[in-house]
Amino acid sequence: MNLLESGRVALGALSANKLRAALTMLGIIIGVGAVVTLMSAGNAVEAYITNQFRSIGSNLLFVAPGTFDSQRGGAASAAIGGKGLTNGDAAALLDPVLAPDVLAVGLELTGAAVVDYRGESRILSISGVGPNYDDLRNAKLSAGRFLDEGDQVAESRVAVIGPLVVDELFPENALPIGEQIRLDDIQFRVVGVLESRGGSAFANEDNIIYIPLSTAQTRVFPSRGRRGDFHISLIYVQAITEDRTSAAEDQITAILRQRHEIQSGDDDDFTAISQAEILTSAAGVLSVVTIFLGAIAAISLLVGGIGIMNIMLVSVTERTREIGLRKAVGARRRDILLQFLLESVVLAVAGGLLGVGLGGLGTAAIGRAASDLAPQLSLQAVLLATTFSGLVGLFFGIYPATRAASLNPIDALRYE
Amino acid sequence: MGQANSNHQVIEIENLTRTYRLGKIDVQALRGVTFRVRRGELLSVMGPSGSGKSTLMNLLGCLDQPDAGSYLLDGEEVGQLGDDQLARIRNRSIGFIFQTFNLLARTTALANCELPMLYGGVPPRERKERASKALAEVGLADRADHHPNELSGGQQQRVAIARALVNNPAVILADEPTGNLDSKSGIEVMSILQSLNRDAGITVLIVTHDPFIARHTQRVIRLQDGRVVVDEAVAHPLRAGEAERPSEVSLEEEARA
Repeated sequence: MNLLESGRVALGALSANKLRAALTMLGIIIGVGAVVTLMSAGNAVEAYITNQFRSIGSNLLFVAPGTFDSQRGGAASAAIGGKGLTNGDAAALLDPVLAPDVLAVGLELTGAAVVDYRGESRILSISGVGPNYDDLRNAKLSAGRFLDEGDQVAESRVAVIGPLVVDELFPENALPIGEQIRLDDIQFRVVGVLESRGGSAFANEDNIIYIPLSTAQTRVFPSRGRRGDFHISLIYVQAITEDRTSAAEDQITAILRQRHEIQSGDDDDFTAISQAEILTSAAGVLSVVTIFLGAIAAISLLVGGIGIMNIMLVSVTERTREIGLRKAVGARRRDILLQFLLESVVLAVAGGLLGVGLGGLGTAAIGRAASDLAPQLSLQAVLLATTFSGLVGLFFGIYPATRAASLNPIDALRYE
Repeated sequence: MGQANSNHQVIEIENLTRTYRLGKIDVQALRGVTFRVRRGELLSVMGPSGSGKSTLMNLLGCLDQPDAGSYLLDGEEVGQLGDDQLARIRNRSIGFIFQTFNLLARTTALANCELPMLYGGVPPRERKERASKALAEVGLADRADHHPNELSGGQQQRVAIARALVNNPAVILADEPTGNLDSKSGIEVMSILQSLNRDAGITVLIVTHDPFIARHTQRVIRLQDGRVVVDEAVAHPLRAGEAERPSEVSLEEEARA
């Protein structure tokens, strides 16, 4: 008897007991559905975050004082512990000989200040940034102008604010250009409003007030380094191209180590990290989470497989006489084995396909619930889940099928 | 192979022995059984329970293998074969009829008849044709699409006979074929077996403990304690339906005689 005939016999046996077949499949359906949904959702979150990082700006490197361990406290703690980063450090990175792959450098000094508007005050994040910040970070204005070179030179008290700050400070005024606000009792004039950029690398950048770096360093957060140089919290470095990013990173590291007089063998007192590295590590974390969720879901597949084995064993016992008869009229061991194995594989694969359908529904439901995500039925998950359910069927079918095949026809025919 | 066998013997068994181990006791079910069956014979094997009837049936049906002795079925030695070869022999050369019919419950009469051909590698179209033909031979052409639970006991056994026929076996082995039937259906089944034997020349071996059924065959072999004690021709075989079933008392007397 060939595979086709065996398949037909198996299908016939299953359709003779539809309710039982459906209930048996349920375990696999739910298992596969869960695997597919979770993996699709995981991939969607991964894609979303990757996309968010992209919006920061390409071929960008971040240099922050301190190492990752000591970085929690930001600029202040680094200034106390290590040498911190200064304007001089940033300027040194533009050396065309030592750092040929560096295209541009942006400086940022961050802090928090009490922001007061018409007697209402709250604490907000303040960033002192250089005039090229908007180019480096893809910051677009929805109104007014950005901080320019003149503001830097004049240490002007002007501010460009994020859209969330607008909502918070000026709930009745969508266009607060020209309004006066006080940062730590220093009066500033709002000259521009940024477009929303959403949450990204380190914080929600829509929630920040941007002022000229020089103003921040002299008036709002004055902090000087060893050479009388002003401290900064972050240097943005733009590499000339995306594939020269890691070369630029090496050049930056070399320059800063020399400026900070770090002996070879000692650790850096700053951290240079590229966008690609952040992306990779974030994606890595996410894929671990995705795999972990997938593994939990896979356990339910396993349970479904055990359900199949259970029912197959019952079925073999119930059909002992049938097996005896089939053997009497000429079925070989392998015919019976194949029949029962196929029955269990068909159950599992059919359950798997229905589970993919369920997973599709689950994925669509997630897409509806979280409109920022665009979850897609991941082909990888579908293939993995159906292959795996087929294997589950095969594996858990082996024992019942072997039992059926090895029945002695005489005893089987006499079985009551 | 059957054709090469010039003496027309379908079954030749020589000194068959079979011992079972039940716990620590050896049960000698067959202690050297020898007989031959010519092609076209209709014979019965009788004996009280424990006489070795079932064991002999299993051996003749290639469901079991003898410890010693030889068994030529249609000229081929089948005493010492592997499982798969035995399955092949059962499929091609033996038609089984059981006391309890053993039809597949969720399968139509036609599909039940196709079963042996399924394992014989017969293509679907030919399977259907041959199964229909066999059902017609047992008078059930109009019941081909019925499931066993829609058929009477006698009709079910007739489906089983059709199933036994489809692969043109060398011999049909019927194990108490009328045991689960009322006497009218029993006679019907015997009538079919007789006509298959008479008209188509099919060899039929019936195992029974019913002397009345045995009187419908041409030859009776009696087993007792694993040995053949009687092997004789029936003087005047009955045609099914020709005689009323005698009372149980006279049958027993006859059996004793």
